[in-house]
Amino acid sequence: MDELRELYQEVILDHSRNPRNCRHPGDATCQARGDNPLCGDQITVYLKVDDQGVVTDAAFEGRGCAISMASASMMTDLVKGKTEAAAKDLFERFHQMCTTDDAASAEGTELEKLQVLSGVRDYPMRVKCATLPWHAMSAALAGEEEVTTEK
Amino acid sequence: MSGVAEASAVASPPYDVEKIRRDFPILSRRVHGKPLVFLDSAASAQKPRQVIETVKQVYEEDYANVHRGAYELSARATARYEGARETIRAFLNAEKSSEIIFTRNATEGINLVANSYGGAFLGAGDEVIVSELEHHSNIIPWQLLRDRQGLVLKVVPITDDGEFRLEDLKALITPRTKLVAVAHMSNALGTVLPVREIVRLAHAAGAKVLLDGAQAAAHQRVDVREIGCDFYVFSGHKLYGPSGIGVLYGRQELLQEMPPFMGGGEMIGTVTFEKSTWARLPHKFEAGTPAIAQAIGLGAAIDYVSELGLDRIAAHENALLNYATQQLASIPGLRIYGTAPGKAGVISFDMDCAHAHDLSTVVDRAGVAVRAGHHCAQPLMAKFGVAATARASLGLYNNKADIDALVSALDHVRELFGR
Repeated sequence: MDELRELYQEVILDHSRNPRNCRHPGDATCQARGDNPLCGDQITVYLKVDDQGVVTDAAFEGRGCAISMASASMMTDLVKGKTEAAAKDLFERFHQMCTTDDAASAEGTELEKLQVLSGVRDYPMRVKCATLPWHAMSAALAGEEEVTTEK
Repeated sequence: MSGVAEASAVASPPYDVEKIRRDFPILSRRVHGKPLVFLDSAASAQKPRQVIETVKQVYEEDYANVHRGAYELSARATARYEGARETIRAFLNAEKSSEIIFTRNATEGINLVANSYGGAFLGAGDEVIVSELEHHSNIIPWQLLRDRQGLVLKVVPITDDGEFRLEDLKALITPRTKLVAVAHMSNALGTVLPVREIVRLAHAAGAKVLLDGAQAAAHQRVDVREIGCDFYVFSGHKLYGPSGIGVLYGRQELLQEMPPFMGGGEMIGTVTFEKSTWARLPHKFEAGTPAIAQAIGLGAAIDYVSELGLDRIAAHENALLNYATQQLASIPGLRIYGTAPGKAGVISFDMDCAHAHDLSTVVDRAGVAVRAGHHCAQPLMAKFGVAATARASLGLYNNKADIDALVSALDHVRELFGR
């Protein structure tokens, strides 16, 4: 049970029960649906990007497990105010944190907030749950309408 | 009367599940430090030592390609491969072993019928009827055929309990109905379909019937002549046999008229660049080197379940299903999907406090393997308004302790996620 509490930390449970930015903004400039065909989970990410390439609003709708819901909730909080490039870069670093043991320390960086999700490293089948909303965000920025975790 | 009862008691010893479990080496391993509790046999069943040893023995002593060499080893391999076909014929009570086609799995069997029978005998406007509870493998081949040949694909709705009602089928059948293709048993709900009546209705309308027996074959006796179906498919790996081998049964007069599915070695009579002729049944449908050791392994798996007795296996699993249903239903916030009368060893469920994946991750840490997801039946999941459920499915080796372990692991789920 203790190791499970490592995965399902209170922060994750809180985000999954009360997800932030879970709505469909009418003024989104791009959106994409992320599908995990292995499990049927779907998340649609909505972004509003201004002329300077800054994400001024981020939101999502969908249903999924605690991990994917919490990840979507935290992601939409974090990318708001970031440039497209910075949002993509954060995804890169987050992905690394979820898949490799020797990822650089997140301390003092914005990655620190996402560290609660890094427990998926020990659950290879669940990494895609954590990254599903990020794949959808990245697809939305690339102008694609849907993306799947199975390429 | 008591004499008869005693005699049958001698002929049929009690179902000793603990002894049976010792035939399955994998059941003695541990997962995350806990004894393995395997409740995912509907996805793929574990293998008894008798099957594992048979496959090993084939490779060590009797392996060569089949139907090719004149030498001793090839003759032996061929005899064992064809022996497995005869074992399967008897298992299904088919009339002739030439009606038994080896495929990779049930999926390939359905694709074979869709492409060969459907390609030759179904045309624009002809109707194929499936049901709402089908596995994707009995939906997609017909969709592909529909898009290619302009068929009409109709779907028999399922009730909220997961029941298939004959009147709903009857309402869809028209003079244009050419084929009814349905599951014998639902992999997602456990519903067992009234296949004899389905065949009667379809045949009365002049339609053929294909049954997807991927789930049913492991849980009940199947007699294709008693059922009266035209085609029956199943997979070896769900029947305690190897993966990579499956079976299509087809009535000879239909198989005879059907064109080949795939071309290659073994399926030919004579070949010239101008024109070729096809081998006789069943080889016409078995292009290329088949899964030789797997076919022989499937024969061993069928010998194994036949020795235990499909009827006794079914009785054991149904008693356990009742126990499991009672235990799970007593858990607060747990909802069971599919409660059709006469259902077999599958329980789909979810909990209000946790998503199926989270649930599955948590019980896995207690050594309990259950499936979480859409069970390759997305239209059915959509009907129930869920993206995913957890599914516990029973095999001949499961016991009450397995169910108790699941129930206790679900307590952990409530502890973690419950508010």
